[in-house]
This record gives sequence, structure tokens and C-alpha cells, in this order.
Amino acid sequence: MEFNELALKLSQYETEGSSFESFFINHVGQEVLQVIVDGNDELPIFVTHTDEQVLCICYLFSEEEINADKHAELNDTLLRLNVPMPLSAFAKIDNKYAVFGALSTNSTIEQLSHEIITLAANSIDALEAISDYLTE
Amino acid sequence: MSILKKLFTAVKGGVTEVGESIVDANAILIFEQEIRDAQEALAVAKRSLTEVMAKEMQTTRSIKALDSEIEKHEGYAGQALEKGEEPLALEIAGKIAEFEQQKSQQQEVLATFTASVTKLKQQVKRAEKTIVENQRQLSMVKTTESVQKATMAVNDNMASGDSAMASAKQSLERIKQRQIDKQDHLDAAQQLADESNDKSLHDKMRAVGIGDEAAKGADILARIKAKQSK
Repeated sequence: MEFNELALKLSQYETEGSSFESFFINHVGQEVLQVIVDGNDELPIFVTHTDEQVLCICYLFSEEEINADKHAELNDTLLRLNVPMPLSAFAKIDNKYAVFGALSTNSTIEQLSHEIITLAANSIDALEAISDYLTE
Repeated sequence: MSILKKLFTAVKGGVTEVGESIVDANAILIFEQEIRDAQEALAVAKRSLTEVMAKEMQTTRSIKALDSEIEKHEGYAGQALEKGEEPLALEIAGKIAEFEQQKSQQQEVLATFTASVTKLKQQVKRAEKTIVENQRQLSMVKTTESVQKATMAVNDNMASGDSAMASAKQSLERIKQRQIDKQDHLDAAQQLADESNDKSLHDKMRAVGIGDEAAKGADILARIKAKQSK
């Protein structure tokens, strides 16, 4: 999957009633695509790849934003929400909580855009569901 | 130690400070080399296996051939005895002894072939398992590395935008507001569409004298007529 080409394709692609904006980031030799779904630039989806999988990641919040006394409870809730959440899973990268999904590198643009749309919707739903655990 | 355990230890130990790599680039190269070596070993083992299996089949065939020779000559010896040709029978028996000698030699050879087939099959299985296992672990290492690099790229990118400043709650509120705005837009557009539908319907009604305004005109006329008739 050529990421340069993918960025272009995605920005011209409209599906499931959603539109994409995508930007190609490549600072450190790792190709990353920043994808914004329906203008929600607060929760961008980052797409990157390894030899065998394409990873779509959406950062939700940093550890510092969690109400200190609710940290353990939040982790427990996230683990419980993990299975019901379609196609995506919760994760932690450095000090940031995230939702992510992984696809085969042989996936089509339809499959990838479905993944991205689902991930974008999941991340908004997830933030809403756990927003009581977060500080302002 | 499995890679996952190593990663876990590294994460626990806080090695994930910015810029610091959990994964040694050298370790990846060594890993990839190990996989390539195992693949070569596998190819060699498979080649030897097919050769030895072919030889095993050849040997089995020649033992069968010897068996049928022995059976045939035993028949000949019996016939010679029936005809009272004792010396000839003895000579045939000598031949049978020779066949049996050959057969036992071949059987020894067959046993070594069978043993090495078993051994090679085990080697192939082990090499295949090692390759799959190493590839799985390598994929974990590489994914970790990719995510790490991607995170660095993303952090660089976010630091220059304003999304880095907003908390998740603020972001969520903004998104919700955007969704409400969008819905309002859609509602307004729908309302407009409905209204223009209404208007065209009223136009049609008026054209044939049905509805409020048409009724009004008729009412006024009726009122005037009523006055005149008084």
C-alpha cells in the first residue's frame, strides 16, 4: 500500500456518508497518514504500517487528564468496553490512551475507509462514555 | 525470554521515554538473519528428505524383488528334489542363500534410510516451527518500533497544531457542537425544502380557487352581494 497515493485517494473518497481529509507525515522514516473524518480535527486518525499490517490509531486523552482517584476504575471500564467496541480496541502508547484497529496490508481502500470511519465513531463514543473519569 | 515478556519488562521499566528505543535495531537484524538461516536449513533438510525418501522406496522395491526371486527358486528346488536331482537342488539352495544374504543387506540399508527419514521429518517440522515463531516475534518487535516512530512523528505534528493544547473533554465538546451544528443545518435545509413544497401546493390550490385567499375573495363578493340585495 503506497501511502502517498493512499492520502490522495482518501481525500477524494466519500463513503458511508463521511468525508476525509488526509495529510502525509513522514519525519522519521516512518510513514504516517493523518486522517480527519467529517471535519473532526480534534480526534485525528493516524494510519501507519509495518510489513504485514496497517495500524489505525486515534489518541483519546493523556494520563494526566484522568481524575486521580478514578484511574483504576477507568482502566477496568476500558477493559470491559474493549470487546463490545466494533473493530477497535483500547490501547496505551507512552502516556496517552488510544483506540486502534489493525488491518492486513492487502486490504482494499473500501476496507480501510470502513475501518477509519468506525474508529472515528468509536473514539467519539468512547470519549463520551468515559468523560466522567476525566478532568476539565 | 519471549519478546512480549521483554517488551513488558521494558515498558514497566519506563524505557519508553521520548526518543529512547525499546527495540535495538541490531537485534532486529540478528533476528532477521536467524530467520533467513532457518529458512535455508529448512530448504536443505527438505531436499535431503526427498532424496532419502526416494532411496527408501528403491530399497523397498529391491527387497520385494529379492523376495519373489527367493520364492521362485524355492519352487525350482522343490521340483529338482521331486525329480531326484539332489545336486541340482543343492545348487539352487546355494542361490537362495545368496539372495537371502542380499536381502538382509538391503534390509539393513532400508532401516538406516527409514531412520533418517524420521529424523529429517522432525528437523523440517522443527525448522518450520522456529521460522513461524521467529516471524511472529519479529512482527511484534517491528510493530513496536513502527508505533514508536509513528508516535514521534505524530507528537512533532501535534506540537505544532492547536489540538495539543485542548483537553479531551474540550475536544469532545467541540465535536458534539459540530455534530449539533451539522444537524441544525440539515434540519434547516429540510424545513426550507418543506416550505417550498408547501408554497407550490398553495399556488396550485389558489389557481383553481381552493384555500384561504381564494375563499376570502369569494366571501367578500358574497358579502357585497348580500348588502346590495337588502
